[in-house]
Amino acid sequence: MQTLLQNIFNGLQWGSFYSMIALGYCLVYGVLRLINFAHGDIFMMASYFAFFIGTAILGLALPLPDAVVFGLTLVATMALTAGLGVFIERVAYRPLRTKGAHRLYVVITALMVGFILENGNLAVLGASALRFPEIIDKHIIEFAGIHLTNLRILVIVASLIVFAFLQFFVTKTKIGMAMRAISYDKFAIPLMGIPVNRIIVVTFVLGSSLAAVAGMLFGLSYPVLNPYMGMIIGWKAFIAAVVGGIGEIKGAFIGGFLLGFIEIFVITFFPSSYKDLISFVILLVILTLKPTGFFGIAKSTKI
Amino acid sequence: MNGRKRLLVVVAVLSLVVSGLFAGGSAENTIKIGFNIPLTGDSPKVGEGSKYAAELVKERINGEGGLLVDGERYMLEFIYEDNAFKPDTAVTAAYKLIEQDEVLAIVGPDGSSQAIPAGGVAEESGVPLISPWSTNPNTTLDRPYVFRACFLDPFQAPVAVKFAEEQFDVETCAVLYNLESDYSKTLAELFKGAWEETNGAGSVVAFESFGQKDQDFSVQLTKIIASGAEMLYLPVYYNFVGLIVPQAQELGWDGVVFGADAWGSADLWKLSDGAVEGYYFTTHYAAAGATGETKEFIDAYEAAYGYTPDDVGALTYDAINIVLTAIQDAGITGDLAADRTAIKDSIAAISNYPGITGNMTFTLDGDPIKDAVVVQVNSAGEFEFVKTLSP
Repeated sequence: MQTLLQNIFNGLQWGSFYSMIALGYCLVYGVLRLINFAHGDIFMMASYFAFFIGTAILGLALPLPDAVVFGLTLVATMALTAGLGVFIERVAYRPLRTKGAHRLYVVITALMVGFILENGNLAVLGASALRFPEIIDKHIIEFAGIHLTNLRILVIVASLIVFAFLQFFVTKTKIGMAMRAISYDKFAIPLMGIPVNRIIVVTFVLGSSLAAVAGMLFGLSYPVLNPYMGMIIGWKAFIAAVVGGIGEIKGAFIGGFLLGFIEIFVITFFPSSYKDLISFVILLVILTLKPTGFFGIAKSTKI
Repeated sequence: MNGRKRLLVVVAVLSLVVSGLFAGGSAENTIKIGFNIPLTGDSPKVGEGSKYAAELVKERINGEGGLLVDGERYMLEFIYEDNAFKPDTAVTAAYKLIEQDEVLAIVGPDGSSQAIPAGGVAEESGVPLISPWSTNPNTTLDRPYVFRACFLDPFQAPVAVKFAEEQFDVETCAVLYNLESDYSKTLAELFKGAWEETNGAGSVVAFESFGQKDQDFSVQLTKIIASGAEMLYLPVYYNFVGLIVPQAQELGWDGVVFGADAWGSADLWKLSDGAVEGYYFTTHYAAAGATGETKEFIDAYEAAYGYTPDDVGALTYDAINIVLTAIQDAGITGDLAADRTAIKDSIAAISNYPGITGNMTFTLDGDPIKDAVVVQVNSAGEFEFVKTLSP
């Protein structure tokens, strides 16, 4: 029983990361119909940004409480990562879009951007893994026989906040409405006086900031950083977003937790070596039964 | 393809061939040794240790005017190929070193997952290869051209079991290993076998695995803690130790954690942020308290690179010196294939070689018979000598 509870908690925490990353995929896809394969690597870069900012702030040895250091690092990381996202959009995606290239080419560009980020990081920082600084003091909390830490609870709460904020932003604000409009018909929208490029920039700011929250919390939770850390988790989160129904915010959110839970419970009941095998068979079956994912709507063109 | 393009291609191919001929002809009075080591990838500190140790040897010998073979001086040329800690890249690197760089012998790969396939390439091509650090039996098995400078896992596992029982007074243990690493998987299985032989079947109460790219181990650790194991055996690389040990402690693990030789990296302390303090692991040499030539190597390494060399650095130092001794014994005729075979025969004939990690005589399989040591991580992050474990 205790083991079960502990594993539910483990699943919630692990699923939170998939969820937060899947939301970033989903946001960009929802607006541009572009699978931003570089998202996992933007997440990786965010971890590195947080590493440098956090180390710098801690290095100043100011008498600041943990919460302030955490807040400062988070805001600065989000700003930097958002800048990176917008930069990538500007130099890699927008030129293709203005030339009217097919979406497929933009997706391939995104894959290439991912590899460039990974190998650029490798070239600049070298291959040695880095140790993420202890920005907040970890406390172990024993509750009903299960072990929690303040950090793990923070991760779960953060994913809920991110989801709620995004849901609110997209459905209740004007910019959100413009985003949905672009995804609905990107040719008619400019005629309505909506500045498409500006809305797309906002989308990348939001998507990359999400990656920043996830990246920093990931760095705190799994404090060994290497340039390849974003690739596999990014791909898996993308699969989670598709199973949830890509383009649909609650789909990505639920999909992320679903994958987290499946992975955790496969290891609970089967030898851990079968984790990916069984997890992805389950997801494949789900997709076969419902090709649009849980919340997706059938569309004629998807890639 | 039109006529002009075709001409261009012909010229390009010809110039390649010609430059290749010249490159081959200019190799007089140098000895080329290839290194197949992980400079990037998941465990770059391993390749760094090998490369730095090699640079020390090269500087010393080239500083003396080169290696003396049959009264003639030969300058050393070391070619470092990065295998990125991947089996397939290790194979490509081995082919490149053998065919393109035409090396006399290869040192590396360090890890067993890379050494097993790369050893196969060396064997087929008739090139002597010595792995400094690969402890998996399959690396040298039925391969006359392949050697190693370290002990084997079938030795490491039982002596580790014996030490653990005496030191920790425990009867049940859990094992967590990396399924995608030949090293980790084999060592875990051997340890389990040896443990159950002395403590009875079922005394390994949890036997869990994970994948090379995994970062979350909470379920495996939850299972291990629930199994009531008294000790956790962790035959995994140092970078995983940095993730697993803190996660285990957060989940409430308060027992002993016992490690293997892949822990022995200068990065272990940094990546685990001190969580490994007080833990023990089996390894190839203990840097703290070393004497003689071992101490000279450690001092030179520390002076040049600012940190204490890992076991892989010390083993690479031994591996290179074994190759160089063999070259001196065999002599150089200039016929690459004949020289390679002669070097292989000389390495096999080496007896009681005084390495800095212990004396070495090779068995018929190309494996040295050596002692292992147990070290404990102290509060300064140094590896303190505890005990020598003899075969």
